[in-house]
Order: sequence, then C-alpha cells, then structure tokens
Amino acid sequence: MPGRIVTRRRLLPVLPALTLVAMLGPVVAGLYGTVLPAFGHLPAAGLTGPSLEAMRGLFDWPGLPRAVTLSLTTGITTTAIALAIVMGLVAGWSGTAAFRVLERALSPLLSVPHAAAAFGLAFLIAPSGWVARATSPWLTGWDRPPDLLIVQDTWGLTMTAGLVIKEIPFLLLMTLAALGQTDAVRARTIAASLGYGRVTGWLKCVFPRVYAQIRLPVYVVLAYGMSVVDVAVILGPNTPPPLSVQIVRWMGEPDFAARLLANAGALLQLALVIAALGVWRLAERIVAWAGRRWIVAGRRFCGDRTIAAAALGLSATAAFAIAGGIAVLVVWSFAGFWGFPDAMPDALTLKNWMRHAAGLGDALTQTAVIAISVTAAALVLTIGCLEAEHRHGLRMTRRGMWLLYLPLIIPQTAFLPGLQTLLLNAGADTGRAPVMLAHLVFVLPYVYLSLADPFRAWDVRNATVAAALGASPDRVLWRVRLPILLRPLLTATAIGLSVSVGQYLPTLLIGGGRVSTLTTEAVALASGGDRRAIATYGLMQTAAALVPFALALGIPALIWRNRKGLQHG
Amino acid sequence: MDKGLTLRDVRISKNGTPMVALDRHIAPGQVLSVMGPSGVGKSTLLSFVTGTLPPVFTATGRVLLDGRDVTDVAPHQRMIGILFQDDLLFPHLSVGENLAFGLRPGGSRNQRRAKVDAALAEVDLEGFADRDPATLSGGQKARVALIRMLLSDPCALLLDEAFSRLDAALRAQVRDLVFARARDRDLPVLMVTHDAEDAAAAGGAVVTLG
Repeated sequence: MPGRIVTRRRLLPVLPALTLVAMLGPVVAGLYGTVLPAFGHLPAAGLTGPSLEAMRGLFDWPGLPRAVTLSLTTGITTTAIALAIVMGLVAGWSGTAAFRVLERALSPLLSVPHAAAAFGLAFLIAPSGWVARATSPWLTGWDRPPDLLIVQDTWGLTMTAGLVIKEIPFLLLMTLAALGQTDAVRARTIAASLGYGRVTGWLKCVFPRVYAQIRLPVYVVLAYGMSVVDVAVILGPNTPPPLSVQIVRWMGEPDFAARLLANAGALLQLALVIAALGVWRLAERIVAWAGRRWIVAGRRFCGDRTIAAAALGLSATAAFAIAGGIAVLVVWSFAGFWGFPDAMPDALTLKNWMRHAAGLGDALTQTAVIAISVTAAALVLTIGCLEAEHRHGLRMTRRGMWLLYLPLIIPQTAFLPGLQTLLLNAGADTGRAPVMLAHLVFVLPYVYLSLADPFRAWDVRNATVAAALGASPDRVLWRVRLPILLRPLLTATAIGLSVSVGQYLPTLLIGGGRVSTLTTEAVALASGGDRRAIATYGLMQTAAALVPFALALGIPALIWRNRKGLQHG
Repeated sequence: MDKGLTLRDVRISKNGTPMVALDRHIAPGQVLSVMGPSGVGKSTLLSFVTGTLPPVFTATGRVLLDGRDVTDVAPHQRMIGILFQDDLLFPHLSVGENLAFGLRPGGSRNQRRAKVDAALAEVDLEGFADRDPATLSGGQKARVALIRMLLSDPCALLLDEAFSRLDAALRAQVRDLVFARARDRDLPVLMVTHDAEDAAAAGGAVVTLG
C-alpha cells in the first residue's frame, strides 16, 4: 500500500512536464526546422548553409509587398473590429434579455468550423449568392449575377469579414469568463449611481479590468488573423494571396528551391506577427493613456445609445451570417437545378449526398479517429496537471499562462513547415500519428483553459470530507471530483473535438497530403467551385464539431436528471 | 496509552507570522471548544488536524490519536471525522449512496444496505435512501452528514462552525444530536465556533484564540 502511493507520487508530478513537452516540443522543434532551411541549410537536398539565397529569393518575389500588407491589414483590422463589437455589446447589453439570447447562441456559433463559416459567407454574399438571389430581380434588377469581385476581393475585405464573424463568439466567450472575476456588476452599479450611462460607465470602470484578463486571447486572434490559411484560401485574394497561403503553396511544390522559399517566408511570417504584437502593445499603452484622461474628465455619456445599438446590430448580423451561411449550405447540399435569380432550387434531391457518401464516410472516420484520440490524450494530461496541482501544490504561475497561449500565438505557418522538414529529414513518415501529435499542440491549450477554472473552483472541502471518510486521493478523484465535474469535463471534450475537427494546416502539412479529413477535403474543393460538393463536406464538418456540443449539453441533463444539485452547474 | 485526541505543542504560522498555538488533550467523550473571531486561524487549525493544511502555512507540533502519532499519516488514513457548516453531501449521489460512501468497506450488498437503512432510521429518516440530497431540508441534510461521518467509524470528531448555517431552533436540536452521538461513542470532539452558545452547550473546556 505505501509502495503504491510512492509510485503515484512519482507519476503524477511528471504529467505537467509531459504536458509542456507535448505542447511546446513541436513548436520549438518546428521553429528550429524552419530557421535552418530559411538560411539555405537543407542537407536532404544536398544544400549546406548558411546562405542568404532563400531570403534573397523571398524578397525578389514580386508579390511580397502585397502579401505582407494583406497579412498585416487582415490581422489587425479583424482584431480591432471584433474586439470593438464585443466590448460595445457587453457594455451596452450584459445582464439584459437580449444578451441572454445571444449568450445561448454562443456555443453553437463558436463550434462552427472556420472553413464552414467561410463557405457559408461566400455562398451568401457572392454575386450569385443567396442575398443577391433573394433581392433579384425585383430590387436590384439583375437577371444574371453581376460582374463584381466580392469573394476573394483584392483588399481582403471579405476575408476580414469572414474572420470577424468567427472571432466575435470567441472573444465574447473569453470576456464572459473574465467578467466573473472582475466584480463587474457592482462596479457598474456604482458607476450608475454616480450618474454614468450604461456604456460609458462600463467602459470607464470595467473595461480596463476585463481587457487585462482577455489580453492573451486578443493576441491569439491577432496572430490567427495574420496567418490563417483555410479562410484565406476560401475568401482571400488570389494574386497575390496573403503570405500564409503563399507559404503553403511553396510547400506544395515539388522542387527544393520552393521549399527553401517557404521556410524563409515562414520566418518572415513569425517576424511579422511579433512586430504586429509589438505595435498592438504600443497601441494598448496609447489607449490606456487617452482613456485615463477621458475617465478623469468626468463625462457621464458618450454616445451610449449609438454604441449599444451599433454593437447589438453588428453582432446580430455576425450571428445571422454564420447561421444563414449554414442554412445556405443545407440548401445547396440538397439542390437540384438552381438557376439565377431563383431564391430556391427547382427541386430538392438526395443525389449530392449519395454521390459523395463514400468520400464523406472515409473523411469522417479519419476525422473522428484523430479527434477522439487527441482529445482523450489532452484530457488525461490536463486532468493530470490539475490533480498534481491540487495534491502537490504545483500551481501554474503567470508565466505558465503565457506558455499555455504560446502555441496559439505563434503562427501555424511559422513552425509547421519546419516541423514537416524535420520529420522528412529524420526519415519519419508523415501520416496519422504525427498529425495527431500536431493536433495535440492546439487541442491541449483549449482543453486546459476550459477545464482549469471549473476544476479549481470546485469546493475542496468535498475532498477533505471524503478523505475524512477514508477515501484515498484516487478514490476522491474518480468517485467524487470527476463525477461532480461531469458537465465541464464534457464541455472540454467537445471543445477539444471541435478544435481538432477544424484543424487544416497541421493535417495538410504534417500529414504530407495523405491524411484526408473533412476539413482538408472541404478546403481542397474551394478552388473547384462545385457548390454542391462544398456544401456536403462543409455541413459534415460542421456536424462533426457541433454534435459533441449537443451531447455535452444533453448527457449531463440525462444522467443527473434526478440530481437537482447538479442541474445548473 | 492516552485515549483521546492530543494536540502537542501545535504552532501554525503563515509566511513566518505565528497564527495559532495550542497544547491540549481532549479525553474521549469530551469537547474542546476553540473560539475567536473569523480569520484568526480556527479552520486552519482543523485543516492541520485533518492533514489538509494549505501549503502557504507551516506547522510544528504533533497530533496524537489514542496515543498514535498521526501527524504524518495521509488524511484518508487518520480516522478523524469532520463536519463543516455546509452539509457537503455529494450532489451526484443519492442519500443512501452518500452514506455507503462513508461506510467502511466490507459486508455483502444487502448487509451494507441494511446498515445504511438502520442509520437513517436512527435519525428519523426512514425511507430516505433513494432521495436526491438536494431535495432535503436543512435539518435533514445536517443529520445525513452526521451519520455519514459516523458510519466511517472515526476515532475523533472535528466541528468547523458546524451549526452556524442552521436557524436558531434547528441549531439547538442538531447540536444536541451531534454531542449526544459523540458521547455515546466516546469520541473526543474539537469544535471551532464563533458562537458562545455552541461552547456553552458543549459543556467542555473553552480556548479563545486571537
């Protein structure tokens, strides 16, 4: 008996270290693998560096200035707009009935994969999209699709819009979590009693505290917007594309010169993201300085109604854009002949689904095997870390939080090319197992972030009572703590699954193009323009991410239907 | 040797600042009341006795139970029962399952069930085994928490403001029940409270901290 306890003590404290290695190992290795070829060192191709050949090649590429500009503008605009809308929304509406409706729509909107949301938006606003069809010809006078470049526009505006509608739910969720720790309700009451308007009072009293809490998620949005690939392929400009897309194109070319270019580009991407984060941080300082002056000036109102109305209108538009996008995917997936400007197809048919059934089945199996294995591993590591923290006081510091966010802030395009190069050099086969390890890098932080708060918020006196009743630490964990935490556990599982389902670049690059998931198949269809095929794959991808969330809501309600104490936890 | 619960020269400090110092023996069937305002370290003292002292505190001294030094024994092997001001019945288990969780292992399914039923009957809660603890009244929950703890056969009992959430009428009733059961079983009781009435009802020695 004492022997067993000793081994447990040895195993459990190892888990936090193992978690860090699983999360950061591939990132560090990938960055290392990027730097070498970026400076012309690629022994597999008989090239030994260092040389500036690749860098020179990159800067000679005529598309570079435009690609870099696109990367910067989409990232910064997306973050600024999404943040402004979410802050306006929370300032103007938190605690109201309208806000509760939006809150309820949050989880499903959040779990719709980026690629599916992007396809949906494209099918809505393209010249031959649903919006044009619904308003033609009676309003617009069009009897054929107008010759406008809306989707894949040169300025990346549609791509930015596609990113904004997906980042609003993410930032809103993070803000809601932060509000709980900021004493927001009382601060707002005090501000109101001093005569401040709803929005002004919130911005002056609560926003500074909330922003300090959501700073890292904001950085994630910024880095993601600058380096996203799947949304950029679907909605972004083509000639030239944003830098991240060009890196992936180079990676896909057979000759080694292109591979060197890709790694040089990856390094530039990393530098761009770091520079943008620096600029953002500077902007934070300026806003803080200006905000302080604004606060002490004592004005009670500052366009409160306008801000609140605009924020509500824009977030509702974003929600409808995602929901409407999914709806139009549904219609296309069952569409027979559908001529312009008819609002609905002539006939609905199952033919599209039957034609793609085999391919969808294979991709779904591959997607599910990867997502389930990766999420299971992430849960074991996360629970191990949190339990080690509980038993041995190995608590994560503020710096630890940074480590957790690092894989989400360092752009995927910066380290995945290097990781692929390393794997190939080491003679390791690309395939499903390396893809799983790559997914784990991104699934782990989200599972950890979602489970950590409820796990720590659990009343540890429960553990004291159970131990006083003679229950060992393992028995307390399995029989008391985890069952009580079933709901957050299943939510974390659903988040893990949906993050894995949505992964595009790790699957494509680390899988060497031979691991086909619903996401890679759907994005591969983007250039073909077969709307019916895109719709079936996009919907299947959405379902794969959405169904776990439905189960995470339904299962606890079913299991604990006779346990009042757990029904609203 | 000495039956009962002994706190031998216990000193607890937080970041080097002394908080609690106590050197006492509690004989079987006796109650020691520790009083003092909130924040003085009463609950911290109990967490040292149960073996769940948070890492920010440091403690010296020994805890002896019936002459056995349990200071370095794991919490679940100390055989020291505790009741908090909240009932802390596990919300995912039925009343009967909560009691079976406390009951020492051993015996057939039916025997265990019979023990649980008998324990419920003892506190006038016959037929409550399949109930959801969340549907019980405050007094009923307190009684279930008490017998859950007693079913684990503790050798000592700790009370952490155990009666402070109950309203006045119920409070005296539950308090008398707890003290009576502890006397029946000859358990040494260490009670922390901020209420002089609790201490008076206990009838034992009183130590005031802070």
